[in-house]
Amino acid sequence: CWLYFFTVPVSSDQIEQLHRRFKQLSGDQPTIRKENFNNVPDLELNPIRSKIVRAFFDNRNLRKGSSGLADEINFEDFLTIMSYFRPIDTTMDEEQVQLCRKEKLRFLFHMYDSDSDGRITLEEYRNVVEELLSGNPHIEKESARSIADGAMMEAASVCVGQMEPDQVYEGITFDDFLKIWQGIDIETKMHVRFLNM
Amino acid sequence: MLLASLPLLGLPLAGAATTEAPTQEPGSSGEPPPGLALFRWQWHEVEAPYLVALWILVASLAKIVFHLSRKVTSLVPESCLLILLGLVLGGIVLAVAKKAEYQLEPGTFFLFLLPPIVLDSGYFMPSRLFFDNLGAILTYAVVGTLWNAFTTGAALWGLQQAGLVAPRVQASLLDFLLFGSLISAVDPVAVLAVFEEVHVNDTLFIIVFGESLLNDAVTVVLYKVCNSFVEMGSANVQAADYLKGVASLFVVSLGGAAVGLVFAFLLALTTRFTKRVRIIEPLLVFLLAYAAYLTAEMASLSAILAVTMCGLGCKKYVEANISHKSRTAVKYTMKTLASCAETVIFMLLGISAVDSSKWAWDSGLVLGTLFFILFFRALGVVLQTWVLNQFRLVPLDKIDQVVMSYGGLRGAVAFALVILLDRTKVPAKDYFVATTIVVVFFTVIVQGLTIKPLVKWLKVKRSEHHKPTLNQELHEHTFDHILAAVEDVVGHHGYHYWRDRWEQFDKKYLSQLLMRRSAYRIRDQIWDVYYRLNIRDAISFVDQGGHVLSSTGLTLPSMPSRNSVAETSVTNLLRESGSGACLDLQVIDTVRSVRDREDAAMHHLLCGGLYKPRRRYKASCSRHFISEDAQERQDKEIFQQNMKRRLESFKSTKHNICFNKSKPRPRKTGRKKKDGLANTEATNGKPLRDLGFQDTAAVILTVESEEEEESDSSETEKEDDEGIIFVARATSEVLQEGKVSGSLEVCPSPRIIPPSPTCAEKELPWKSGQGDLAVYVSSETTKIVPVDMQAGWNQSISSLESLASPPCTQAPTMSRLPPCPLAAEEPQPPFDLPYDPRPSFAFPPSLAKAGRSRSESSADIPQQQELQPLMGHEDRTHLSPRTANSHWCIQFNKGGRL
Repeated sequence: CWLYFFTVPVSSDQIEQLHRRFKQLSGDQPTIRKENFNNVPDLELNPIRSKIVRAFFDNRNLRKGSSGLADEINFEDFLTIMSYFRPIDTTMDEEQVQLCRKEKLRFLFHMYDSDSDGRITLEEYRNVVEELLSGNPHIEKESARSIADGAMMEAASVCVGQMEPDQVYEGITFDDFLKIWQGIDIETKMHVRFLNM
Repeated sequence: MLLASLPLLGLPLAGAATTEAPTQEPGSSGEPPPGLALFRWQWHEVEAPYLVALWILVASLAKIVFHLSRKVTSLVPESCLLILLGLVLGGIVLAVAKKAEYQLEPGTFFLFLLPPIVLDSGYFMPSRLFFDNLGAILTYAVVGTLWNAFTTGAALWGLQQAGLVAPRVQASLLDFLLFGSLISAVDPVAVLAVFEEVHVNDTLFIIVFGESLLNDAVTVVLYKVCNSFVEMGSANVQAADYLKGVASLFVVSLGGAAVGLVFAFLLALTTRFTKRVRIIEPLLVFLLAYAAYLTAEMASLSAILAVTMCGLGCKKYVEANISHKSRTAVKYTMKTLASCAETVIFMLLGISAVDSSKWAWDSGLVLGTLFFILFFRALGVVLQTWVLNQFRLVPLDKIDQVVMSYGGLRGAVAFALVILLDRTKVPAKDYFVATTIVVVFFTVIVQGLTIKPLVKWLKVKRSEHHKPTLNQELHEHTFDHILAAVEDVVGHHGYHYWRDRWEQFDKKYLSQLLMRRSAYRIRDQIWDVYYRLNIRDAISFVDQGGHVLSSTGLTLPSMPSRNSVAETSVTNLLRESGSGACLDLQVIDTVRSVRDREDAAMHHLLCGGLYKPRRRYKASCSRHFISEDAQERQDKEIFQQNMKRRLESFKSTKHNICFNKSKPRPRKTGRKKKDGLANTEATNGKPLRDLGFQDTAAVILTVESEEEEESDSSETEKEDDEGIIFVARATSEVLQEGKVSGSLEVCPSPRIIPPSPTCAEKELPWKSGQGDLAVYVSSETTKIVPVDMQAGWNQSISSLESLASPPCTQAPTMSRLPPCPLAAEEPQPPFDLPYDPRPSFAFPPSLAKAGRSRSESSADIPQQQELQPLMGHEDRTHLSPRTANSHWCIQFNKGGRL
């Protein structure tokens, strides 16, 4: 299904613009390494910066494997990552929209699931929440953890409902993740406007 | 209806009677007073406020009557019904008084009726949605309104030129443009009244509604410009005036918004310092918002825009600063005022329409206007949407456009503006008034009636009402950050970039400046959602838990088969405590022995469900302070217990994860080792994961301590604490709750008397370890409380754990049993069930009389002695004193409360 992303025509203007930016980031090298992202000053204030940068090098997002990180990405990889942020086209049929939606959510899921075992465990979730809240110095780590715990509990109750006595909720799988997102529009939430030009 | 019209029948007559009275009085004043009047009729002194109150009463009664029938209100919007009621009332008034009275006065409308509605809509505007769609809203509000005004005005003029309008309508092009400008604006009151009942999707709603709010600036400018042009006469208008007109558009709109923002800033800043005078917080909100409205009106800026911006801008900070109670007060007062104003507006609109002296009918003009406003609205929407869709991420489809065109309702603003016209300058005023009334009535009644079926028929995407979930909130925040980051990476400064910047700025400066320090510290959206959800859970738990308790908990002692009852009731309690929250229902099934389980169940039930108010409140007669009411405290306490339980059950689940994980990662294994260590150590039966739980509990504390900090200034919040405790949890629980509920322990006397360990406490593992707790708590010792709490926590948790541990943690739990009398009792056959309905529950009267002076330990002993002979089994002893003891407590509390 990911092939779909490349079948959508991207205007040459856009590619050119992205390529210019790519060159700028990489310092005229053919590939970008993690360190290159340090040169983006605006990124510094982002609380989940490390997670986002990691997502750029995640093999799962780059469709190069089921786990691990790439050391460097070339322009094509860069475009692959960017394609996650393309808007849903009006001309797409229902099935394609669903696919597109799934891909976008998968990107988010991969960001949470840092050990790529297909499950967001409580540890991982806590990790993300702690980073999310790291922007506010007044919120302690414990609060972040309790929020993650609450969210996990909620996820468990959404996904499993009433649990059997011996059942144990091990973490959010991608299917559960989709369930959590059911009925929530993400049309506006995972798009970068300029990619629409 | 009859009921509503009764006072009206009397009123005009009374009014007419009193108008003559003053003329008599001056004459009679010269004469000596005719002695002390036993009864004096002073209608004219109270007339004005009396009438206002009566009108509001009539409107409210009418509302009640409408809502008696669900069928009618589901079909017909309330605004229609109110207008129709107004027509009827107007007819009655006209028939009785022979002249039209009580009409919608523009002055009243703009100064008193409109502000509450606009403030309400601004304050409760979903700001995120609003700013996400700001581009579209502004386009429709500015371009759309201008387009409507000019096309309608010009087309009507064309109609007149074509001879379709009767020649007695004397109006020039400018007059028609003036009329176009006032008739073109979509009305916020009407839109709100109709769309709130239709429930279209959020985007569509915010676009139509936002447009109706923001177009006020355009309407005001257009109206004023055209009006002054008309007054100057078209010949005297020069090119410079047109430029001024355009410039004034910016001045009026930006000025209005600026006034609103300034007042929002002031309001937020003021509420930062109301810590000691909570009672005026709601008042401040209304006063400053109203001041913003009046200031803008005074400077002839857009007042609606000012109030909207004020409400929109201040909400975040005000909500953070003011107390929970004030927040509720603001919400309800605002809604009440707005709904009142809306009701009165529609009713008066109906009444005003009856007055035929004000209007003159011209079919050509009326029909032409109706057609043009509908046609040009639709055309304008289609054209603008086409342009907007080039830029929008989610394009507005055809159905949206139909609803938007059809939802362009006109209302009281247009009517008030047309009444304000000067008849000498605008000779066709009467015709315009009639046309406006028809247009307003048509849009509100016909379109209002049909828009619901239309929306259904077109299958417009309805708003899906989601409960806010924590996951969703977290994910959305992540998305925001991702998008901002991607925009950073590609070097494109788009919407997300600026939003991110704004949030940084807000966090760094604005919030610091405008929020109370205590509020700012814990202010975070995610945290907020988390907290709100917890509160909601607590409330639902209290609702359900209370119910369960009353049906099973209280009848428990008298039931013969207490064993099974206790078990099922606890299971129910847990199950119902929060849907799916208790993931680990084996907690009940894995408890070891029969009486152990029984005891546990009892313990659990009483601990969790039974709230015993231990405080007595001083009657508060102060007008300036409101003390927190008991209900809220109970909710809070039960909520905390509930949360503890939920987290506990979740923790044990999580614990399982560690064990079940097939590929343990380094961190995990380390954790596991620690756990194992702790478990084998089994010092005082305190595995390490307790700490995690304790941490979470501590979080709850931080929030509450804010209130504590705030409450210690007001003296009325001090309350007596009756030192009666439920014994099973002993001091730990009480210490903790005393702290948590944010009450300041002002009473220096020791009021928590720890019970000497009862028999059961010695024998049952989870009841041991109380000896090292603080003996009492006073105001001085609150600082030590965290330490105590820690001990208390560990203890209460280990007690819970021994009940609620999954199979894999069984071993450690067992290992920490002391001499372990229970293990020996394990094979106990269930034949001891018949012994269960112990007479111990029929309480010895001597104890009931014991009163509060008796310490619990002393009460224990005789009780025990009394009970012992009744025990069939030796091991009953460590159960019965406890149950009896708890029973005693309940009794005792009753006595204490009286």
